[in-house]
Amino acid sequence: MVDASDGVFLGMMVVTIGGAVAALEAREIVYGAVGLAASFAGVASLFFLLDSPFVAVFQITVYVGAVAVLLLFTVMLVRESRWFGDSPKIGAKAVAATTAGALALSLILTFSQAGFPSSGEQATAPSFTSIGQLLAGQFAPVLGALALVLAASVLSALALAKVDPEETA
Amino acid sequence: MIALSDYLIVSAFLVAIGVYGLVTKRNAMRLVFSVEILINAANINFIAFNRFLWPSALGQTAVLFSIALAAAEASVILAIVVVAYRIHDDVDVGELKNLRG
Repeated sequence: MVDASDGVFLGMMVVTIGGAVAALEAREIVYGAVGLAASFAGVASLFFLLDSPFVAVFQITVYVGAVAVLLLFTVMLVRESRWFGDSPKIGAKAVAATTAGALALSLILTFSQAGFPSSGEQATAPSFTSIGQLLAGQFAPVLGALALVLAASVLSALALAKVDPEETA
Repeated sequence: MIALSDYLIVSAFLVAIGVYGLVTKRNAMRLVFSVEILINAANINFIAFNRFLWPSALGQTAVLFSIALAAAEASVILAIVVVAYRIHDDVDVGELKNLRG
């Protein structure tokens, strides 16, 4: 039986995979960054379909809102016109595409043979409260460590990007 | 009705696209794109398995951590790319040979 969620799933699947392909194959890399943002948004909608609205909103906030914009700005900072024709040789591309296709095919065959249950209807989706309880209880030390990692990454990015006057002279 | 295998198929395609990008591209920005696509494929698997096989908040919490770590990683890599561009005037990873042994 086909219902509305099937149509949404198919559409979002096309957006996710098409955006990922566009990210790598768009001639102009700025369009590639936009395609990647579309792919992130498609993944967020898949999270919505999987009854995980909290993760979906987190994905939109962090990936579509922050990472994609950061990538777009970096692309604009470092892009040059001479890259437009830098695609690898046709033979190398064909070998890589064949390998990637074989990888996808073997993964899909494995998944279809694995005998996973086809429906998760009987399961109730966890609530925000249980996520919050896990974050504040069992995973509180991990959350603290993650905060330190994020602070360290931001500080290291700032230290890396600091312009050294001797270097540029 | 959307089954677990449908989500896994999307993630398998994303993995294949990411690996293809890592193998063929030499522009550092395209490599960053590929890594982000691979991380997203892993996250889809996490949430799908969590939803269909192990319905608890554990999988969602793990993905929250994964997303935050990916953001941290992206910020550091992009800073490195900007520095490499400033020093070498290029972000072709084939041309960045300073660390070659």
